[in-house]
Amino acid sequence: MSTPGRFRLPLAGYLIVLAGICWREGLRFLNQRGRFLSALVRPLVWLFIFAAGFRSVLGVSIIPPYETYVLYEVYVTPGLVAMIQLFNGLQSSLSMVYDREVGAMRILLVSPYPRWFLLVSKLTAGICVSLLQVYAFLAVAWFWEVELPPVGYFAVLPALLLTGLMLGSMGLLMSSLFRQMENFASVMNFVIFPMFFASSALYPLWRVQESSLVLWWICTLNPFTYAVEVIRFALYGQFEPFAALVVAGCALVFLAASILAYDPSAGVMARRGGPDNAK
Amino acid sequence: MTADETPATETSANHPAGAPSPGLSPAPPALAIRHVTHEFGARKALDDVSLTVPAGSFTALLGPNGAGKTTLFSLVTRLYDNRSGSIDVLGHDVRREPAAALSALGVVFQARTLDLELTVLENLLYHATLHGIGFRAGRRRALELLEQDGLADRAKDKVRNLSGGQMRRVEIVRALIHRPRLLLLDEPTVGLDIASRAALVAQVRKLVAQEALGVLWATHIIEEIVPGDRIVVLHRGRVRADGTYGEILARTGSDGLGAAFLSLVGEDSEVAA
Repeated sequence: MSTPGRFRLPLAGYLIVLAGICWREGLRFLNQRGRFLSALVRPLVWLFIFAAGFRSVLGVSIIPPYETYVLYEVYVTPGLVAMIQLFNGLQSSLSMVYDREVGAMRILLVSPYPRWFLLVSKLTAGICVSLLQVYAFLAVAWFWEVELPPVGYFAVLPALLLTGLMLGSMGLLMSSLFRQMENFASVMNFVIFPMFFASSALYPLWRVQESSLVLWWICTLNPFTYAVEVIRFALYGQFEPFAALVVAGCALVFLAASILAYDPSAGVMARRGGPDNAK
Repeated sequence: MTADETPATETSANHPAGAPSPGLSPAPPALAIRHVTHEFGARKALDDVSLTVPAGSFTALLGPNGAGKTTLFSLVTRLYDNRSGSIDVLGHDVRREPAAALSALGVVFQARTLDLELTVLENLLYHATLHGIGFRAGRRRALELLEQDGLADRAKDKVRNLSGGQMRRVEIVRALIHRPRLLLLDEPTVGLDIASRAALVAQVRKLVAQEALGVLWATHIIEEIVPGDRIVVLHRGRVRADGTYGEILARTGSDGLGAAFLSLVGEDSEVAA
């Protein structure tokens, strides 16, 4: 134990750490039933009320991956799935900020396992939770006549992993930049809604282009748009390589930046005077 | 063997015992900090700090609020990077071998770090997994430690329902799950009543005596220190004195630790508090 030099963490230990972090996230999730309920109700409100109300106003022409005219509820479903993941990604970051305030983050970071691995494990745990939420939503939506081809329910899984990684690591990066909950709450307002509205979640981009070129540009530059499109195509058993590439690229950049931000030697924590206060 | 018979009692202020003394076992000290300086912007939180915690010793890090104790702990636990000097845990440099150093380290932070919504056992198991200990082994170890500490009957209780003293004891149990050789405690008795405080100090002293654990106990409460302890006085980021209880009294010509402490930091303590 005290021999200097040749110290190696056992490989099985990595799996145990990952399992432990996911297990804790699961316990917290079960303890916070309100969180699950609100994660489910939020998109359902959009589906039941907003989409139903706009069904007659907004017609969606045939654009890939759709092969026929679709109801507005059907069009909006992938966007709502992405919204669940966006909320979840930021919510798990909120828990990071909360963790930092109560100090549990410190316990995570004094684990001997590499910090990048701890953060990726934390992300994985968040993505698993988002998958539960998404499938619960899709199940309810099925009863609301949003019936997808059976293959879509399977094909969307890898897409959700990718988009979950991007949105989760974006949240992680943000959590490293904000120290207090109050800051973070306003970030949620300033991040979630603009990202959601300025994307292809609620309306196809060609429609946006018709009404405002500036907004179209914003939507085109918004990574959330690509997350929505990856999910949209996957729900119909199709693969959209460009959108997938953008999402994967953004995921890598966000992840690398957040690992850097949490690194003790390069990170922002030390400059700010520490993870929970500036003492 | 008592804690006082351990080697580095001869370590003097600002003169670390990095290398083992002649004639003694070559085992590295539990903690060796050498010439560490840390700044937050223009403010120097630590200024050329050196200290040693020998294995099997109770070392008190005594200093008023704002002395730099928490910063020092953050450096040892690698929440921040030490940009100067070196920090070795059991001979492992925390920068070059963080995994080995952190494996040998148990820590109780000043802020409460238990998850209030989870049970005692769940908190302990989570910590075990973070150190790569599987659920079954972690559970066994957690229950064994809770049993030793008389907390076994609280294992399934939510942490929220524990008293402040019990939470601290659980945090110490948690810090011991992975069998560290160095235990850091950052003002663990703050906010506790006298009885809980005494129980906590006794719990940690038992670990030093029975398991030869090196303990660094940060505090500003002089009553927690007893003759035979090693003491490092930290003030305004600098080590003002480092030695045994007796040495500190002798050096300052005082008849009590309170007077010795005041003579070391006295005039400035008001500013620092």
